[in-house]
Amino acid sequence: MSTWQIARLVAAKDLRVEWRSRVVTNQVLPFAALVMVMFAFALDNDQALTRVAPGLVWLAAMFSLLVLVQRAFAVETADGALDALKVAGVRSSGIFLGKALALAAQLAVLEAVLLVAAILLYRTEVPAGGVGVLLATYVAATAGLAFVGTLYGGLAAGARGRETLLPLLLLPVVAPVLIGATRATEAALGTNDAMPSEGWPWFGLLALFAAVFGAGGALAFGSLIDD
Amino acid sequence: MTTDTRSERRPTSTTFTRWLGAAVLAGLAWLALFGLVLSPNDRVQKTGVRILYIHVPTAWLAYLAFIVTGVCSVGYLWKRSRNLQWDRVAGASAEVGVVFMGITLVTGMLWGKISWGTYWTWDSRLTTTAFLFVTYIGYLAVRDLGGTHHQRARRSAVLALLAVLEVPLVHFSVKWWRPLHQQESVAEGKLNGLMMFTLFVGLVAFTLLYVWLVLHRQRAMAMDDMVADQGLDAALAERREEAVR
Repeated sequence: MSTWQIARLVAAKDLRVEWRSRVVTNQVLPFAALVMVMFAFALDNDQALTRVAPGLVWLAAMFSLLVLVQRAFAVETADGALDALKVAGVRSSGIFLGKALALAAQLAVLEAVLLVAAILLYRTEVPAGGVGVLLATYVAATAGLAFVGTLYGGLAAGARGRETLLPLLLLPVVAPVLIGATRATEAALGTNDAMPSEGWPWFGLLALFAAVFGAGGALAFGSLIDD
Repeated sequence: MTTDTRSERRPTSTTFTRWLGAAVLAGLAWLALFGLVLSPNDRVQKTGVRILYIHVPTAWLAYLAFIVTGVCSVGYLWKRSRNLQWDRVAGASAEVGVVFMGITLVTGMLWGKISWGTYWTWDSRLTTTAFLFVTYIGYLAVRDLGGTHHQRARRSAVLALLAVLEVPLVHFSVKWWRPLHQQESVAEGKLNGLMMFTLFVGLVAFTLLYVWLVLHRQRAMAMDDMVADQGLDAALAERREEAVR
């Protein structure tokens, strides 16, 4: 079987598990929405909220990413499913891509909800000229987060019962995504009078990040989960 | 060394490290003399400039320590034989690097308060350094996860290499995020001869300290590993005895 076929099977399995358990829709999405409301309490100022809305959307996405990654690997380690896959000789790059794909799909839904929440709650608007940058940012940032999340999730999953380690490892690594996605989204939304064209270099950073960690992850994932 | 090694007391020092330790002490005393007494005050920063003699050497050595960690991680993964010695030097170097980087951050903040009037600015070098600090704290946490020595070694080696991917990306993005930049005073040649010499003394003293610490620490780690192995052997023997009975 090719790596791509394995990836598709693993991703389909993960999404099926999620669809049946409804953990993402019933727990993670409400959590993300709650975070958005909490930001409003903390900032307590309508103008400030509108100004920092792009950053808050991506910050909430990072927090939700942590929850999603824990969940993605709790499913694997609970019954030794990951060990079974390894024993069966399934290529680890395929597992990596598959899990990243499923994670990306869930993140994509989540980020869309967060963006809508920002529009509804924080009085942000998407100008027509910014749609292209926004979509490109959305895709590149989601890919980058999914790759890094899968990579470090696999590492933390290898050590059972040490979920507290994941935020410490993951958050410094995703800092470039937070910076890049926030700036690109600010450009797309015209926050602080930014022009949409200012977002494209930041999109470049996000795409580079996704490419580097996609390739690095496919290579390194095997040695991280292979215990 | 020829008798029963288990009961014998094993210090982590050798003749070489004892001499090295003496040299470290002499170097630090020399640095204190030059840094606190002999070197002149700065025209602008007055006596505050003396923080430089600790701040710059520890920063350079922290970066060096993390480079050594990266190189040793490659060394571990490169050969099929998987020599644990590489892993222990990588770990020891990272530990020392984190301590030095902590000193760099603290002295840097104090110096910042004196010369810029603020403990922190979101300058790219400061921010990257802070991220580096957190990243290697994470690396040390991963080293403590447990498992066999080779599991630990492989896991942490891969993580150290991922950090090599991460650090340039963080540095680049932060630099782009906040372009303002503090100039390096060393490169500009603002320091006079005696100040330069004092800085050089600091660099030599702290380099010797780094080597001394890493040598001791990696030997202590080797002993830790040995104790763990012996504990495992003893437990296995006990179980076997139980089975026979």
